[in-house]
Amino acid sequence: MIEFILNDTTIATSAAVGTPLLDFIRYQQHLSGTKIGCREGDCGACTVLVGTLHNDGVHYQSMTSCITPLGNAQGKHIVTVEGLNLPQGQLNQVQQAMVNEGGTQCGFCTAGFVVSLGGHCLSHQSSDYSKALAAVDGNICRCTGYKSIERAIQTVDHKLQAKTAGQSLDWLVAQGFLPAYFTDIADRMQTLSVPEPSIKQSTDIDGHYIGGGTDLYVQKPEEMMRSNLYLMFDQEALNKIEVKDQRCYIGAASTVSDVWQSEVMQAHFPQLSQYLKLVSSTQIRNMGTIAGNLVNASPIGDLSIFLLALNATLVLKHQDQTREVPLRDFYKGYKILDKQPTEYVTSIYFDLPTTHTAFNFEKVSKRTHLDIASVNAAIQLKTEGMLIKEAHLSAGGVAPVPLYLAKAAQYLKGKTLSAELVKETTKIANDEVAPISDVRGTATYKRLLLRQLIYAHFITIFEGTLTLEDLV
Amino acid sequence: MKQEKNHKSLKNIDSHGHVRGESIYVDDIAVQQGTLYGAVHDSRVAHGLLKHINVRKAQALPGVVAVFTAADVPGENQIGGIIPDEPLLADKEVHFWGQPIAFVVAQTEDIAREAAQLIEAEITPLPVITDPREAKEKGELIAPPRTFVLGDTAAAWQACTHVYSGQASTNGQEHLYIETQGAYAYPAENGNIKIHSSTQGPTAVQKTTARVLGLPMHAIEVDVTRLGGGFGGKEDQATPWAVMVALAVHHLKRPVKYVLHRMDDMRMTGKRNPYTSDFKIGLDENLKIIAYEATFYQNAGAAADLSPAVLERTLFHCTNSYYVPNVTATAYSCRTNLPPNTAFRGFGGPQGMFVIEAAIAKAAQALGVSAAEIQQKNLLQAGDTFPYGQKAENPEAISSWSAATNRYALDHLAQKVNAFNVANTHHKKGYALMPICFGISFTKTLMNQARALVHIYHDGSVGVSTGAVEMGQGVNTKMLQVAAQVFSIANERIKLETTNTTRVANTSPSAASATADLNGKALEIACRKLLDRLKVVAAEELDLTSVTGVTVREGWVHVQGQKTDLDWNTLVLQAFLKRVSLSEVGHYATPRIHFDQSKEKGHPFAYHVYGTAITEVTVDCIRGTYEFDAVKIVHDFGASMNTIVDKGQIEGGLVQGIGWMTLEELEYNKQGKLLSNALSTYKIPDIYSVPKDIQVEFLAAEGSDLAIFKSKAVGEPPLMYGIGAYFAILNAVRAFNPQVTSVFDAPFTPEKVLTALYE
Ligand SMILES: Cc1cc2nc3c(=O)[nH]c(=O)nc-3n(C[C@H](O)[C@H](O)[C@H](O)COP(=O)(O)OP(=O)(O)OC[C@H]3O[C@@H](n4cnc5c(N)ncnc54)[C@H](O)[C@@H]3O)c2cc1C
Ligand code: FES
Ligand code: FES
Repeated sequence: MIEFILNDTTIATSAAVGTPLLDFIRYQQHLSGTKIGCREGDCGACTVLVGTLHNDGVHYQSMTSCITPLGNAQGKHIVTVEGLNLPQGQLNQVQQAMVNEGGTQCGFCTAGFVVSLGGHCLSHQSSDYSKALAAVDGNICRCTGYKSIERAIQTVDHKLQAKTAGQSLDWLVAQGFLPAYFTDIADRMQTLSVPEPSIKQSTDIDGHYIGGGTDLYVQKPEEMMRSNLYLMFDQEALNKIEVKDQRCYIGAASTVSDVWQSEVMQAHFPQLSQYLKLVSSTQIRNMGTIAGNLVNASPIGDLSIFLLALNATLVLKHQDQTREVPLRDFYKGYKILDKQPTEYVTSIYFDLPTTHTAFNFEKVSKRTHLDIASVNAAIQLKTEGMLIKEAHLSAGGVAPVPLYLAKAAQYLKGKTLSAELVKETTKIANDEVAPISDVRGTATYKRLLLRQLIYAHFITIFEGTLTLEDLV
Repeated sequence: MKQEKNHKSLKNIDSHGHVRGESIYVDDIAVQQGTLYGAVHDSRVAHGLLKHINVRKAQALPGVVAVFTAADVPGENQIGGIIPDEPLLADKEVHFWGQPIAFVVAQTEDIAREAAQLIEAEITPLPVITDPREAKEKGELIAPPRTFVLGDTAAAWQACTHVYSGQASTNGQEHLYIETQGAYAYPAENGNIKIHSSTQGPTAVQKTTARVLGLPMHAIEVDVTRLGGGFGGKEDQATPWAVMVALAVHHLKRPVKYVLHRMDDMRMTGKRNPYTSDFKIGLDENLKIIAYEATFYQNAGAAADLSPAVLERTLFHCTNSYYVPNVTATAYSCRTNLPPNTAFRGFGGPQGMFVIEAAIAKAAQALGVSAAEIQQKNLLQAGDTFPYGQKAENPEAISSWSAATNRYALDHLAQKVNAFNVANTHHKKGYALMPICFGISFTKTLMNQARALVHIYHDGSVGVSTGAVEMGQGVNTKMLQVAAQVFSIANERIKLETTNTTRVANTSPSAASATADLNGKALEIACRKLLDRLKVVAAEELDLTSVTGVTVREGWVHVQGQKTDLDWNTLVLQAFLKRVSLSEVGHYATPRIHFDQSKEKGHPFAYHVYGTAITEVTVDCIRGTYEFDAVKIVHDFGASMNTIVDKGQIEGGLVQGIGWMTLEELEYNKQGKLLSNALSTYKIPDIYSVPKDIQVEFLAAEGSDLAIFKSKAVGEPPLMYGIGAYFAILNAVRAFNPQVTSVFDAPFTPEKVLTALYE
């Protein structure tokens, strides 16, 4: 039995854990406001809010229901556009703003935008325009050119400025952002049955561990309906981000959003939000887990590249056996891992950067946001002035695996910064890679781009000392 | 006057349902008991002989009800609209990867999809052509080439001081309507069938279904509530899916539904036609363009679809907003083994315009002048002749250019960009101007007709049916405005009905930007006829001797401007009691237009739409990425009847055009397989990639009498402002790498930018 609240209704269903939440909503609950545009998480037409009960109330996050396993709805408050509608055909503030500004044309994307913005209104943080805009970074509209939607967002953001932290739900209801039933939801969620943790020690090699499902549902949607799924998402034991002995441990089921929100991470990576903004979209970041990214082993996995340059180590578990593998040794070949099918990841850790550590992450894709990298690259340098004491470089999209650039790293070690050094590093790196031509670019382009991204690393880290002119 | 003002800012009447998730699209229609679900098995070979189709495994799958192939077609296995060259289901041969071969019907969608994969088509491969020039070499043409001639280019070259030639190419474009193709059909009495289709052309669906089933058109009813986007992709290409479900209904007498999954839609449907072209341009010493020659190779794909008509519009717009006295333009519609390409906003016009813009850019670079200087010197003036013989009437080319360059301070922008480029190496800026001129009317004169049906119910409420299909362009809102304005009653009293072939027959598709004009004029005629009748009743009720001076204003009958106590509802009821007809049909056929294809001359367009855009971009010279700082537009709306709807069309069209010029890259491999086959690999603009600032200024212009309420058509023209994006990027790249060779090959993806920066 999966139990959750869908809008104002408590649901208990015996439908398969792997049923896409979207299909359950549309075809079993007959709520047709949630639309289907791609079934791949890439358009946002199917966006719903997923509310999780915390001490300070319910936290809502937007997710794409098309690639969400029904099992991940357990114990949650799921909100569709119908659940944001006010009685008697009244429009809520987001809806009214969209109508007034002409933010909807054919209307097919619209409910997704309304729900995403509803999620922004429900956020416990204060609103600003860029956050409000980011709330719809996973929503694609083919008609409007977005400008009318931006105007609607401005209106909404403006109205939200009056919201105070404490009373936010009551305020949102009173101001016509939400229907009244939202104020009872936290209490109702407490009455939902609590499931046993699902990380049963799997011995089932045909089953799947599943985090957010954002890779699995795109790659093998039919299989998800039929196979045994071991739900890792939101497992308390697996989603902490904490520091022990100058090491940062990221729980396997931490989402990209969790990493983004993490105070530890923000403190040690001042540009973190710039990097993570380039990873998928708000909806997908709310779903996709770190372990999912690492185990999926896509050659362009952004978190894989990020963590490779941090020289991180994976912690794997099976039954009671725990084992550690340096991430750079984890990838053996295209989608071949140093991992038994029944082993699962519990966390990944790396040494915290110090004041002598510099880090940079670069990603170029055809579309800057919500796109897979043509090439991505990361670097960690431990420096003393212009002396490079230690270096770690990684690059994606240039090999069958997320690649640790061992030779380039080795070459840099102990050298003093110069334009020549950087140029030579790019040459060595280019000897280590073997990109192929595909839809994300020709091999020639990827080589050129890798060079440029390494230039970008150094230009960024040694801003003012090194410029593009020195290098070309 | 007050009311008119209200109307102009009327919000899209569908938006209330849209924002609440209550609007109904094909997949939202409550299904009838016993509904079955379809799925297509399509070819995994782009060209070959279809030897045998093995459906046994599929049929054996529990839950499968039937598998249909070409052999099950009772009528003609033919869906080609312009040229009968495309079967519904492949027979004997396949001509493109993704061509439908069999249609499976099962108890559930999952079973149908699984069964479709179990079908085995035995195909002997034949050589595959994907390149239009190669197709032309091999004589693979869809139709004979067309040539438009004005003056005498051969003689004119001698008068030119400067002559440049080159090549220009534009890739195709996936429509990416967010609602995929789909249809739902069910049996009616006596073998008749009702189809709900997500189509821009209900009559095309009706006609083709009748043809395939061997039934008269009246046996098929097609109903369209709205589309979740069309952009031309559902003009002809919504038809096959609707016909397939109808075929299944015909055989099974059960309701059948088929809504395509995105990847199936992308693989099986055609897109904007890619073009590759040769140009030659000649200018005199004053930078006047004296002669222009262009040869267009259109990639039509495997069947004609709408490509011949698209090709024609390329020729119509080959000189964009410019007057060129000597023009020779030839266009070949080349048959390749790609899915049949089709209509897409602009319909060949953008492909033609890109080439002359490339020619101008090339000349400008060689001459060391700005392209804007050449553009400006050659803008159309009143009385100038287009290559097809029509004369420019009230052209707004110069006025919109001047308005844009003044209002948006072009001089200042040029200085700003220069100063920035001197000061920065990591980033460079570029800008470009893009004037547009777009002809309004279907270029096939016959299609420029429309009808509307208006019922006034005896409680005074009004139901309006037209042939227009609502797909986000706001046509229903405009139709409501027409009725509300003619009757002068409250908007709430008027309802827009679905588009249905039993209420309005023989419709043209909602396309060519002309939908509001044609259907609006027809509606206006119907409403005026009704109003005239009601005035007679009013005169009788008020004991007047004549109707002169009787009007309805804001729901009340007025006489000589004085309000009476006879209101609309009473008037309507009285008319009913007097047995006066409260229903009316309006028919409209655009006057004046004609075109003689044997001479390639005539007056094909009711009027032209003009405007000018200034695009400003910043290129990241380390990474090869770019951001658009601004696009500033002055557009000729005529007298816009709805500023919210019209502005939305400009913004949306522009961004679609920028997408086509920048990110949207279709890629087929040599075997004709689509590689950019999902949203993850085919990128359309997201909220972050659109220009930071888009300004749209309404040009002070009079409009045209042939436009509904003088409000000019607005659907397609703005797409072509997007072409400026290409040239703005090129200029920024040039600021970094002055040596760059100009290959005019859109889209200008980050890959091409980086390559050009470091070439
Ligand atoms: C629209 C869209 C955009 C995307 N954009 C990006 C992007 O920009 N950059 C990027 O890097 N990725 C992107 N992705 C891919 C994806 O979101 C990430 O890889 C994400 O981190 C995967 O996490 P998940 O929890 O959803 O994985 P899942 O799909 O749940 O699982 C992926 C794999 O990991 C395994 N797995 C999950 N958890 C564990 C565990 N604890 N132990 C062992 N095995 C486990 C699963 O069995 C499966 O093999 C995108 C995906 C989508 C749908
Ligand atoms: S349907 Fe496109 S994101 Fe879910
Ligand atoms: S309004 Fe049509 S896709 Fe957004």
